Amino acid sequence: MKVYLFYFLCILALYSALMVVISRKPVHNVLYLTLAMFCIAGHYILLNAQFLAVVHIIVYAGAIMVLFLFTVMLLNLNNESEFRKPALVQLGAVVAGGLLMLTLVGVLKQTDMVMTTDPTTTQIGLVKNLGKVLYNDFLLPFEVSSILFLSAMVGAVLLGKKD
Amino acid sequence: MDQQFIIYKTVLALSIMLISLLVAMYSTLAERKLAAFFQDRLGPDRAGPFGLLQPLADGVKLFFKEEFMPASANKFLYILGPSITMLVALLTSAVIPWGDSLTINGQTYRVQVADVNIGILYVFAVVSVGVYGIMIGGWASNNKYALLGAIRAASQMISYELAMGLSIIAVIMMSGTLSLQEIVDQQKGFNWNVWYQPLGFIIFLICALAECNRAPFDLPECETELVGGYHTEYSSMKLGFYLFAEYINMFISAAIISALYFGGYHFPFEDSLGLSANMLTIVGMVVFFIKITFFGFVFMWIRWTLPRFRYDQLMGLGWKKLIPLAIFNMVITGLIVRLLN
Repeated sequence: MKVYLFYFLCILALYSALMVVISRKPVHNVLYLTLAMFCIAGHYILLNAQFLAVVHIIVYAGAIMVLFLFTVMLLNLNNESEFRKPALVQLGAVVAGGLLMLTLVGVLKQTDMVMTTDPTTTQIGLVKNLGKVLYNDFLLPFEVSSILFLSAMVGAVLLGKKD
Repeated sequence: MDQQFIIYKTVLALSIMLISLLVAMYSTLAERKLAAFFQDRLGPDRAGPFGLLQPLADGVKLFFKEEFMPASANKFLYILGPSITMLVALLTSAVIPWGDSLTINGQTYRVQVADVNIGILYVFAVVSVGVYGIMIGGWASNNKYALLGAIRAASQMISYELAMGLSIIAVIMMSGTLSLQEIVDQQKGFNWNVWYQPLGFIIFLICALAECNRAPFDLPECETELVGGYHTEYSSMKLGFYLFAEYINMFISAAIISALYFGGYHFPFEDSLGLSANMLTIVGMVVFFIKITFFGFVFMWIRWTLPRFRYDQLMGLGWKKLIPLAIFNMVITGLIVRLLN
C-alpha cells in the first residue's frame, strides 16, 4: 500500500516538476509547482514527518506559491508578452543545466544507499523531537538563519519605501 | 477489531461531512431570518412552516439554473476553482474533536476522525490553501472584476493569516501541545482558555471573520465596487459551491473558536452530574454544538451590524494593529508561562 502511494507521489511529483518547465503559461507553471510542493509534503507524511509536511504546506504552498500566483496574475503575464531569449543563450542554458544534472547523477551514484533508520518507525519528524534537535544541537544555525530572514524583511521594507 | 475501527471511522467521517453540509444549508436560512430580524422584516416564510424548506428550494434553484461559462474562460481551471474551495472547506473537520470517547461493544472510540499530533497546524495549513480556490476561480473567469476580487481575497487572507497564526501560538505556548484533543481536554470544566487569552481570542475572532470573507471583511465580493467579486462569472451550482463553502467555513471556524478558547465539549460541573461516560460524551457533543451555534450567530450578528471596511483600512488593521497586538500577546504569554513554571 505504502509502496504504491510512494510511486504515485513520485510520478505525480516528477510530472508536475517537468510541467513547470515545459508549460508555456505562467499561471499553469505556478500551479504545477504548487502541485509538486504537495507531492513533497506527501512524501514527508510517508516518512512519518507530519510536522515537516504541514509546515511545508503552510510555508510553500500556503504563502510563497500564493505570492507567486499573486504576482503572475497581477502582471497578467500571458503567451503574447513572453519574451524570447536568443538561440545562443538558450543553448548555453541547456549545456549548463545538462552539466548540473551530470554532476548530480555522479554524486548520487557514489553514495551508498544506506537506510540508517526505518522511516516508518522513526520519530524524528514529529514536532517534539524536531524541536529538541533544533534548539539543542542546532541552536546557533537556527538563530543565524532567523537573523537572515529578519534582515531580508528589513531590506524588503526599505526597497518598498523607496519610491 | 480492526474492521470495526475502520467502519467506525468511516461512519464518523461521513456523518461529520453530512452534518457540515446540513448545518451550512440551514445557516443560509438562519442568516436570512436574522438579517430580516435585524432589519425589522419577516424573512423567507413561504416554503414550509416558518420557511423551513427554503434551503431546499434554494438548492433546487441553483441546481436547475442554466450553466453558463464565459467563452474565453480557461475551462479546466474555471471548474477547478469552486471544487478546491469546497474540498478545502470540508477537509478541516477531520481533526476537530467533536466529543470525548464513546464505548461501543467494549471498544472505546474518540469522537474525532484523526487525532494527529499536529492538529492545529493541520487546520492552519488547510486554511492557508483555501485561497487557491478563490484565486484560480477569479483568474480563470477572465474578467477584470473577478480578477480584482481574487487578488483582494489573496492579499486579505495572507495578511490575516499572520495575526491568526500568532494568536494561535500563544494558545499553543500555554497548553504545550499541538493536538486539538489535548488542548480541549486541558480546559475541562470551566478552565477555558478565553480567561487566560482574552486578547488572543479577540484577534483570532477578527481573523476568522476575515478568513471566511465575511462582512465587515467581504471586500473580495464587494458588490458596490466589484459586481460580484471573484464569483462574478459563476452561475448555477458552481456559484452555489462558493457560497456554500463560505457557510461551511463559518461552521468550522465557530467550531475551532469553541475548541480553542471555550473548552470544546467541556462544560462546567460536568463531573457532578453523575452521568455515565457515554451519556456525558453525548451531552458534551450537544454542548459543543450549542457553542458552535452561538458563534455562528455572532458571525451573522457582526455581518448585519457593521459596515464594510475600506480597503486601506482593512490592510492597516491587519498589518499595523493586529500583528503588533498578537506579537505583544505572544511575548506576554511567553513571559507568564516562563515565570509560572
